[in-house]
Amino acid sequence: MLHLARKAFYPSPPPFPLLHVDTGWKFCDMYTHRARMVADSGMRLITHINPEGLAEGVGPFSHGSNYHTDVMKTQALKQALDAHGFDVVFGGARRDEEKSRAKERVFSFRAPGHRWDPKAQRPELWNLYNTRIAPDETIRVFPISNWTELDIWQYIHAENIPIVPLYLAAKRPVVERAGQLIMVDDVRFPFAPGEQAQMRRVRFRTLGCWPLTAAIDSDADTLEAVIAETFNARSSERQGRLIDSDVPGSMEKKKQEGYF
Amino acid sequence: MRVVLNTKDIASFLDSQRNKPTLRFITCGSVDDGKSTLIGRLLFESKAIFDDQLASLEKDSRQYGTQGEKLDLALLLDGLQAEREQGITIDVAYRFFASEKRRFIVADTPGHDQYTRNMATGASTAELAVILIDARKGVLTQTRRHSRIVAMMGIRHVILAVNKMDLVGFNRETFNAIVADYQSFAHDLGFESVQPIPLSALGGESVLHCSPLMQWYSGQSLMAYLDTVDLSHTSKRQSFRMPVQWVNRPNLDFRGFCGTLAGGLIQVGDAVRVLPSGVQTRIKQVWCGFDEVTQAAQGDAVTLTLVDEVDASRGDVMVAADQPAEVADQFQARLLWMHEHAMVPGRQYLLKLASKEVTATVTDIKYLEDVNSGEHSAAKSLALNEIACVNLSTSAPLVFEPYTTNRVLGSFILIDKRSFETVGAGMLAFALRRASSIHWQAMEVNKQARAVQKLQRPQCIWLTGLSGSGKSTLANLFEKHLLAQGVHTYLLDGDNVRHGLNRDLGFTEEARVENIRRVAEVARLMVDAGLVVLVSLISPFRSEREMARSLFAPGEFTEVFVDTSLAQCETRDVKGLYAKARRGELNNFTGIDSPYEAPITPEVHLPTFGLNPHECVDILMKQINCNLVDQTHSF
Repeated sequence: MLHLARKAFYPSPPPFPLLHVDTGWKFCDMYTHRARMVADSGMRLITHINPEGLAEGVGPFSHGSNYHTDVMKTQALKQALDAHGFDVVFGGARRDEEKSRAKERVFSFRAPGHRWDPKAQRPELWNLYNTRIAPDETIRVFPISNWTELDIWQYIHAENIPIVPLYLAAKRPVVERAGQLIMVDDVRFPFAPGEQAQMRRVRFRTLGCWPLTAAIDSDADTLEAVIAETFNARSSERQGRLIDSDVPGSMEKKKQEGYF
Repeated sequence: MRVVLNTKDIASFLDSQRNKPTLRFITCGSVDDGKSTLIGRLLFESKAIFDDQLASLEKDSRQYGTQGEKLDLALLLDGLQAEREQGITIDVAYRFFASEKRRFIVADTPGHDQYTRNMATGASTAELAVILIDARKGVLTQTRRHSRIVAMMGIRHVILAVNKMDLVGFNRETFNAIVADYQSFAHDLGFESVQPIPLSALGGESVLHCSPLMQWYSGQSLMAYLDTVDLSHTSKRQSFRMPVQWVNRPNLDFRGFCGTLAGGLIQVGDAVRVLPSGVQTRIKQVWCGFDEVTQAAQGDAVTLTLVDEVDASRGDVMVAADQPAEVADQFQARLLWMHEHAMVPGRQYLLKLASKEVTATVTDIKYLEDVNSGEHSAAKSLALNEIACVNLSTSAPLVFEPYTTNRVLGSFILIDKRSFETVGAGMLAFALRRASSIHWQAMEVNKQARAVQKLQRPQCIWLTGLSGSGKSTLANLFEKHLLAQGVHTYLLDGDNVRHGLNRDLGFTEEARVENIRRVAEVARLMVDAGLVVLVSLISPFRSEREMARSLFAPGEFTEVFVDTSLAQCETRDVKGLYAKARRGELNNFTGIDSPYEAPITPEVHLPTFGLNPHECVDILMKQINCNLVDQTHSF
């Protein structure tokens, strides 16, 4: 997304800042990558973390994935958008990721309060996007809606785009819980009695908060190998996203409440 | 089908992928034709469904499925909770899969009458349509509707998928009869190809492979056909067109024009013209992303720099200098209405065509097209999902091409000026030559000269409010006061104009819009003549008051909201109209069975409660200035 935006506006820098809604639980490698991309692009970075959530000490282990996601991501995003008065925000969501996303518009219109009403979406014909909104209404724009996971990896390869190293396989400390491999990214991991991290060769197909994003066993330590693995994959990338399955119609509900 | 990719083969794989074309198609069929099942089958067979998705499909099939113990593939597509619960498809869904030869993007759209707009949406970006027919039912009204919409949206290639062959014993004659029936109907729709395929989405026959159960069928399977169908444009090659999306000015030395080529090729050195201004120059550089290139083709997103410093901005269109596009402000178009609130001729909407946004009005509905039968009929307004041939007038000239020549420069959407919802979608057919044949006669004695002669500020004072709110009483009294001060006035009263100028109009929404348009035009002429014009008209709709306002120069139009509550108006009921309306003897009566949209920011808000007419007029006299001397600087 960032690469596409820089390309689209080149030689000008993209005429908008970067916004990171931080939860305090992202992988260390993601923070490093963020710093690098900000330096490379010369774009302004705004970070926002929900101050109430922070004060309350909200985290995925102590408060559960659903509450954590709601407070630290959905609510935090809404706070950040309101605080800066952004009326349009770009996101990298794709229609192949999840069923309710398949029905979302490229220009996804949000009512006041950032609510998404899947039944009241504007018809989107040709490539004519209606960008008109009333005060308090906002738009989430998903320029790569029609890309697939495989498209993304091929594009990264073709354009030589820097990625977070976690996408490539390496020996990492993981704990297996309910069939999912959770990486121990920092000291906050609450080991159960007798539980121990084991070193396994793993990588990630999707990245979010580290306790909520499961790794997969993999030997794919090069981009080429990742592409081969993605092509041969028998499970979807969001399988490792624990929040997608916490309740039925989960993503649709989260999106209605304002989740990206 | 499934090929395992090894890391060592990746280079050749990536090469083959880079040139892999994408085919976008739409599937049309009604609830029971098995459309979702067919797409589910395609995804399933092309391994675009992952194991975990399959696992949740098994779970969902048990909860919502209609196939007993079997997997209900339709559930893969119905992504919204309401769809799963009701077993219907509500919205357009986009799905992705690939074969070794092509990538596919499928738009899955619901088939019912009330979802015509969704089907049009899915078809707008598709090159091919798969039209499903239930073999037991044959060509139905809905088949014809789907085909007409698909043809209207410019799709030239159709696959006629005769589904549920298993339920007619894979019978050849049944299939042939349906195909013959369809072809005789579709003959007039202008498709370049119609490929009939007998299949069973449920069992997978003819989906990926031809089935031994239909050995009489010698054609390709659906997948094989999708893989090989030739979609190269048989129409003549397009000329260079690029709507300017953004002007890129990182520094004083670089001024680039960004956009996506809507047609043709562009090379460094090519002569181009900027429309509508018509200024000509040459291409200095072509940028594609971070790279400077020598040429670009249709579909490429580029930044162009020019040899000369010419003026161009968003909404302008760059065209080949020797093959410019047309520029016009009056059109004939096909319009699909997509909103519950009907389209009324005369009402203003925002129109977006490529990167240009203007104000537009439908001046005339030529005829309504019945999407089921293809028959034409007369209409005064356009309801949700209706399609009509209309005349269209825009506030500024548009650079365009007929939709059949160029989808980008021939398609537009209409946006409601107040709610900003997308309410209509249209396809331009041709320009009406009226714009160039009626020239404005330049007048030497102008409004200002007439105003100076009368020593006053010509203007329009527009009183709006419910019937019986006191508009006419106030307007009369106000005019007397102005006359006493030597102001040259005229009063256009809503009731009075209906005896003459607007005698032919009734009280439907369309007629009211036309009523207001005529009064506003007359008021404009009178203001041009130097008069202070008072208009006393219920004018219940905001959009028409805005339309009236748009006819006048800034500061020339004063909206006065005579704010008397419905209860008070009804209590007074000077003309006995409310009583009549309540008895059901008057239809479309404002405040009773037709809405009144109160002004949000009128220049003068006049709450009448507790005031007598003289006190009201005093307020008007204080707030409205007709004196030229004080305001000379405003000319």
